[in-house]
Amino acid sequence: MKQTPSQTVGPYFAYGLVPSQYGYELNSLWGSDIAEPGCAGVPVTLMGRVFDGQGEAVFDALVEIQQADAQGHHLHSLEQARTTGFRGFGRMGTGSREDRCFVFRTIKPGASADGHAPHLDVILTLRGLLNHLYTRIYFEEDSAQHARDPVLAQVPPERRATLMARPDATGVYRFDIHLQGPEETVFFDV
Amino acid sequence: MTEPTPRLSPRDWASHPPSLSPAYASSVLRSPTRPLIPIAASLAELAQPVYGHDMIGALDHDLTRNAARNGAPLGERIIVAGRVLDDQGRPVPHTLIEVWQANAAGRYIHRIDQHDAPLDPNFLGAGRTLTDAQGRYRLLTIKPGAYPWGNHPNAWRPQHIHFSLFGAHLGSRLVTQMYFPGDPLLELDPIYNSAPAGARERMVAQFSIDLTQEGFALGYVFDIVLRGLQATPMEAAR
Repeated sequence: MKQTPSQTVGPYFAYGLVPSQYGYELNSLWGSDIAEPGCAGVPVTLMGRVFDGQGEAVFDALVEIQQADAQGHHLHSLEQARTTGFRGFGRMGTGSREDRCFVFRTIKPGASADGHAPHLDVILTLRGLLNHLYTRIYFEEDSAQHARDPVLAQVPPERRATLMARPDATGVYRFDIHLQGPEETVFFDV
Repeated sequence: MTEPTPRLSPRDWASHPPSLSPAYASSVLRSPTRPLIPIAASLAELAQPVYGHDMIGALDHDLTRNAARNGAPLGERIIVAGRVLDDQGRPVPHTLIEVWQANAAGRYIHRIDQHDAPLDPNFLGAGRTLTDAQGRYRLLTIKPGAYPWGNHPNAWRPQHIHFSLFGAHLGSRLVTQMYFPGDPLLELDPIYNSAPAGARERMVAQFSIDLTQEGFALGYVFDIVLRGLQATPMEAAR
């Protein structure tokens, strides 16, 4: 059977996909807390913006993040999520804050058994984008593991920096996504 | 003998729009300019986000009631139902479908929608459901109105409902739009027409008198096909 074509998420997804983040009267299935306070692991706050080809911060993008837990394992059940406080997935629209940032609270994922360095998988959709994009966020300090990571190995060395989150002076990890331009983020055909 | 690792079928680019589709003006500054880097299936085969039936409210699938305050929403009640399948023809069971749409007057409740058409106090326009064990789903809603947008002079979006699905794998995610048969705006719409001819028609629901409920609501069938795990010799032998 042939796949149903992809279309843009459009400008008005917020009340459907992240309603409570924007103050609509519907509960969100997921928010920007990927791990609840007290969840095992090193707490991480991740913050960034999505920039278009003119360097304008996009206010109608949806950023979705999926990740493994501190041991490098993906979540298997809702029951597990409820007992551990690790939800494994989060969503945030960039129009819910004045500064157009996405901000996620989570824990640092562990490396996976098959040699992937700690990373977050990102799904990006926005008005103007007809096919959602996949990228990955790695943590700058894990350079030894990056040298062995099978996905990074497929990325030209000069573009790998676009996949690295770096802590700022307050310890918040910063990761901006550039849709175009000299710093264009590496996107994957998954 | 080692079992071959099942692979997620590739994104069939002959079915999807090119990300840069200049007739859709917003795509020009918002689509990547460099080729996507193909990566091995391990990422694609990651499980989808975890959710369950108890995250879905009893009225979440019924947009005619899930935001009602003091009456029923205005407009033409419709049933939208179908199956979610993978491209190997297998049903995708217990998978999340999220929808959002304009009201009957063509107005979205989203605060940035400034179209001069009325909001409906009894209609939010958002809903969600899970497919059953056979991949079937059923939604009840109001037929959305067409609405103007700024893409080009006298631009109007055809009537549509936005759909978001995860499927069984990270790589099977799909964000799409469902359109209505016979809509004269379809041939003029750069978003609909961004998908290749021969593929875009899959986004048009079919009217069904069998799904239509007498004295209550017209029925539209919309089947959705996601990427699936390709059959391996081991699977074929089962």
